Amino acid sequence: MAERVHLRRLAGTSWFPVAVGIATLVAVGALVEVLLLAGVMNRYMLPLPSDVLGAFRRVIMEENILSRTGDTAFEVLTAGFLVIVFGVPLGVLFHRFRILRMALEDWVAALAAAPIVLAFPLFLVLFGRGPKTVIIIAFVYGIPPILLKTLEGLSSTRGVLINVGRSLNMTPTQMFWKIMFPSAIPSIFTGIRLSWTFCLVTVVGVEFLVNLGGLGQLINDLAERYDLPGTYAGIAFVILLSVAFFIVLERIETWLQPER
Amino acid sequence: MSTPVENAADPLLVIDNIYKRFGTDADATVAVDHMSFGVKPGEFVSVIGPSGCGKSTLFNIIGGLLGDYDGEVRVGKERIDGPHPAIGMVFQEESTFPWRNVIDNVAFPLELRGVPKSERQDRAHHFIDMVGLANFEKRFPSQLSGGMKQRVSIARTLVSEPRILLMDEPFAALDEQTRLLLGDKILQIQQQLNQTTLLITHNLTEAVQLSDRIVVMTYRPGRLKRIVNIDLPRPRTSEVVGSDAFGHYVAEIWNDLREEASRGMVDAEASISRRSAARG
Repeated sequence: MAERVHLRRLAGTSWFPVAVGIATLVAVGALVEVLLLAGVMNRYMLPLPSDVLGAFRRVIMEENILSRTGDTAFEVLTAGFLVIVFGVPLGVLFHRFRILRMALEDWVAALAAAPIVLAFPLFLVLFGRGPKTVIIIAFVYGIPPILLKTLEGLSSTRGVLINVGRSLNMTPTQMFWKIMFPSAIPSIFTGIRLSWTFCLVTVVGVEFLVNLGGLGQLINDLAERYDLPGTYAGIAFVILLSVAFFIVLERIETWLQPER
Repeated sequence: MSTPVENAADPLLVIDNIYKRFGTDADATVAVDHMSFGVKPGEFVSVIGPSGCGKSTLFNIIGGLLGDYDGEVRVGKERIDGPHPAIGMVFQEESTFPWRNVIDNVAFPLELRGVPKSERQDRAHHFIDMVGLANFEKRFPSQLSGGMKQRVSIARTLVSEPRILLMDEPFAALDEQTRLLLGDKILQIQQQLNQTTLLITHNLTEAVQLSDRIVVMTYRPGRLKRIVNIDLPRPRTSEVVGSDAFGHYVAEIWNDLREEASRGMVDAEASISRRSAARG
């Protein structure tokens, strides 16, 4: 009983859940290492986790990873910025014009699930083999979540808040800027977080696919060299980067909305 | 059926022969059936009736949020047709803006009117003080209890200094003790400002605790059953709840309400049975 109370208290701290997460990763890594060494798993398909760890230093030092991260970050941030600039107003338009919503909402939702990345040759032809193509494909993937979450946020403004606005004789413009938009902001932030994550995944994916630019190309290069520990170290680096990216976005969200 | 406007000396708010129905001719439900009464300046009137009697419809009509009805709502001699600045509304549901702290919530109506920041902060501060939230001005609604949030809503309504305060069961979601204490606060404010107030409620003790007069409504269609004068001393506090006279009024009004509430309950049960039968 006392142990359970102690565990519950630990779970309430900020460091304990993080420590458990890291310990779990280490444990899984150790288990995979043992299984590979024992020959239960094939070492030609999966490198030893200790080799992957060892390859980190090499990948960072020898593969120009800072500059590649910069390339990827530039593409992600550009696509992310465009997604906000176009996605939020489009969500507002969808909310404002019911006909638009009825005609296109399902198509936008379908767009999120469509494997558009397979049409990358078309994008290459249209926009050339450069960052522009990567950014545009990431933009296409990033648009649906932010548009749909903006629409959802505006549509789910509580009726009583609208009634407060009506009782105060607010104009439609005041109603939008003073009540509906602030009320939708948490949902819009969720949309931004989802969209930017989609952008990151798409940018790295397209870089890998067309062997162009930043971290995706690095993973492709390492794979083509049959450098398995290096490939997995590159993948792990991207995962770590996305985790850091996600945490930063969450922190910004908390900072901008202290009341939540 | 038409009930004449009550003989109140120069009522500030006049509800005159209001009739409202919902639905089409074949399937129409009459929500409010020719209701008439007045509220004099400085008076506290409660409208009480069982759930589903049309109280909230009446609230929305008086507040100007619901149109397409017969009859008139007047403030003084002026017929109102939509939200009117003389009427400040407090809603049953929690209605603070979660993205604004207490002082910005309360100052909101002044911000809309373009009142300079320092002036609106001063006025907001005055009403926050009045509802007893002086130390919570920088807190956000998520950091407040249900009762505190409702006090913020009340302060936000009062800051506009409406001639009539219109409230729809503002304490419905609160526990009985908080409700009594907030009742005290409302009484104190109403007496301090001599605020004309119309409260819509289904809570009998709350109505008797606060009101000068109680308008009793019938269950569907909502008609005026009778008006009870509450002759309890003022200034009043929640201590009045323990008096014999209070118990007498509660019993008297419950006699009127019991029949209506029973009809409401039977109706609700029949409706559930019908729905179950329809589902097979």
